[in-house]
Amino acid sequence: MRLFIEDTLFHAAGAPLPLDLPHARACDALATGEPARPPMAGTVYGVLHNDPAALAAMGDRVLAPPYKAAPKAPVLYIKPRNTHLGHGRAIPLPPGAEAVQVGAALGAVIGRTACRVAPGDALDYVAGYTVVNDVTLPHREFYRPSLRLRVRDGFCPMGPWVRAARQVGNPDALDLRVWIDGALRLRSSTRGFLRPLPQLIADVTDFMTLQPGDVLLTGLPWPGDFDGPLAHDGQRVAIEIENVGRLENPVVRASVQGGSA
Amino acid sequence: MKTARVAYSGAIHTATPYDDSRLRLADGRIVLHDDVVWLPPFEAGTIVALGLNYAEHAKELSFGAQQEPLAFLKGPGALIGHRGHTRRPADATFMHYECELAVVIGRSAAGVRRDCAMDYVAGYTVANDYAIRDYLENWYRPNLRVKNRDTCTVLGPWFVDAADVPDPHALALRTLVNGVVTQQGNTRDMVFDIPALIEYLSGFMTLAPGDVILTGTPDGVVDVKPGDEVITEIDGIGSLRNTIVGDDVFGR
Repeated sequence: MRLFIEDTLFHAAGAPLPLDLPHARACDALATGEPARPPMAGTVYGVLHNDPAALAAMGDRVLAPPYKAAPKAPVLYIKPRNTHLGHGRAIPLPPGAEAVQVGAALGAVIGRTACRVAPGDALDYVAGYTVVNDVTLPHREFYRPSLRLRVRDGFCPMGPWVRAARQVGNPDALDLRVWIDGALRLRSSTRGFLRPLPQLIADVTDFMTLQPGDVLLTGLPWPGDFDGPLAHDGQRVAIEIENVGRLENPVVRASVQGGSA
Repeated sequence: MKTARVAYSGAIHTATPYDDSRLRLADGRIVLHDDVVWLPPFEAGTIVALGLNYAEHAKELSFGAQQEPLAFLKGPGALIGHRGHTRRPADATFMHYECELAVVIGRSAAGVRRDCAMDYVAGYTVANDYAIRDYLENWYRPNLRVKNRDTCTVLGPWFVDAADVPDPHALALRTLVNGVVTQQGNTRDMVFDIPALIEYLSGFMTLAPGDVILTGTPDGVVDVKPGDEVITEIDGIGSLRNTIVGDDVFGR
């Protein structure tokens, strides 16, 4: 199977399937204010500390127990299907939590089965890119973080669409900004990662195969997975990545597990 | 009722036991075990695995008491079926099996209390969740390079309906390497039992039909080498066979 994206793959909330639309039409669909569905249904993999600033900020703690050494292989984690959320949908703020941490990331959408891919070929396996909010409850311990911190329902908004790879250009040189309630809270980029996307794909697919529709986050620009912007009850989070799009989600206090208030 | 999922004659089939050496496909054909490719017995959704969920194994790996289950996730690419081959990389010095009871969720579960948690279980299968300890790093343990490798999570042979397993917390489990028993335990010794795990997980993540919880392994893990035949089995659930192969098979 091969996933081709011509322009802008958009899954409107009321539509049975995603549509590959000319960009202007996707913008029109978004402008109605209706929420969208996550554009992809595969597995989402993230990589911790791909921004060298994240390790640098930990200083000597990297060498002390429990870590004892800097990571050698990419430090990967999974955002499973219960976390996936479309553009415009509410991120549930768990009972008892003050705020959620915004993890702004570029998501590379895999277009064909990727197994033992060489860095020089890696970008041929990417069909397009989407904006991902890798939401967490704030934590600064990375030894054995509890799933409670990262894989809660609704903790992985994606969208608003997938932009075709050819329209995005170099995935390792995109500006990224985060606003909370309209105030600019993070200005960063996908530049300078420890493993640029081609190397990341090569290192990951050396031992685990990625399938069409899977999404690989290219890294959380500093201070993304350490001290990222916090969003409180009722606030609106927007993440914009150059050439890809702008993903917006409100944060709404959840009263019980399984639904927001 | 127990079912297998097999590839035969160009299609994927649900099959049931016929006799000791044959299966009955849903369409009526009777086929030899040797003539089918055994796939994981259901299409897995989210795969949750438990670390150190048997007291003795936790001791073996020198861990203390836990406040919450040590749960981690796996991707679907790691899965293979009964009689499959698992790759041992040439540079590995310690690769071990883990025999585990796999609990398959049958209906959407959010905020489930332990006293009704078993109502959400569709059934069970046997898992062999390999680890390659050489690749263990202290970041996001157990890191995916140790625990989420292609071919390294074996499921099957059967999906066994929950109704046919009166007490999933009283099942003897064991591993045999080349016919020699190397690991033995009983599901009664889980640190967090199945209702506790469902209550814990569904408290922050909605579980969906097809999601599976690998409930951890008892002590007795040993290194396995290319050519070894590894059988993980659980009484009343199944006997899952698997063979270790080297890098040469993969052209590495």
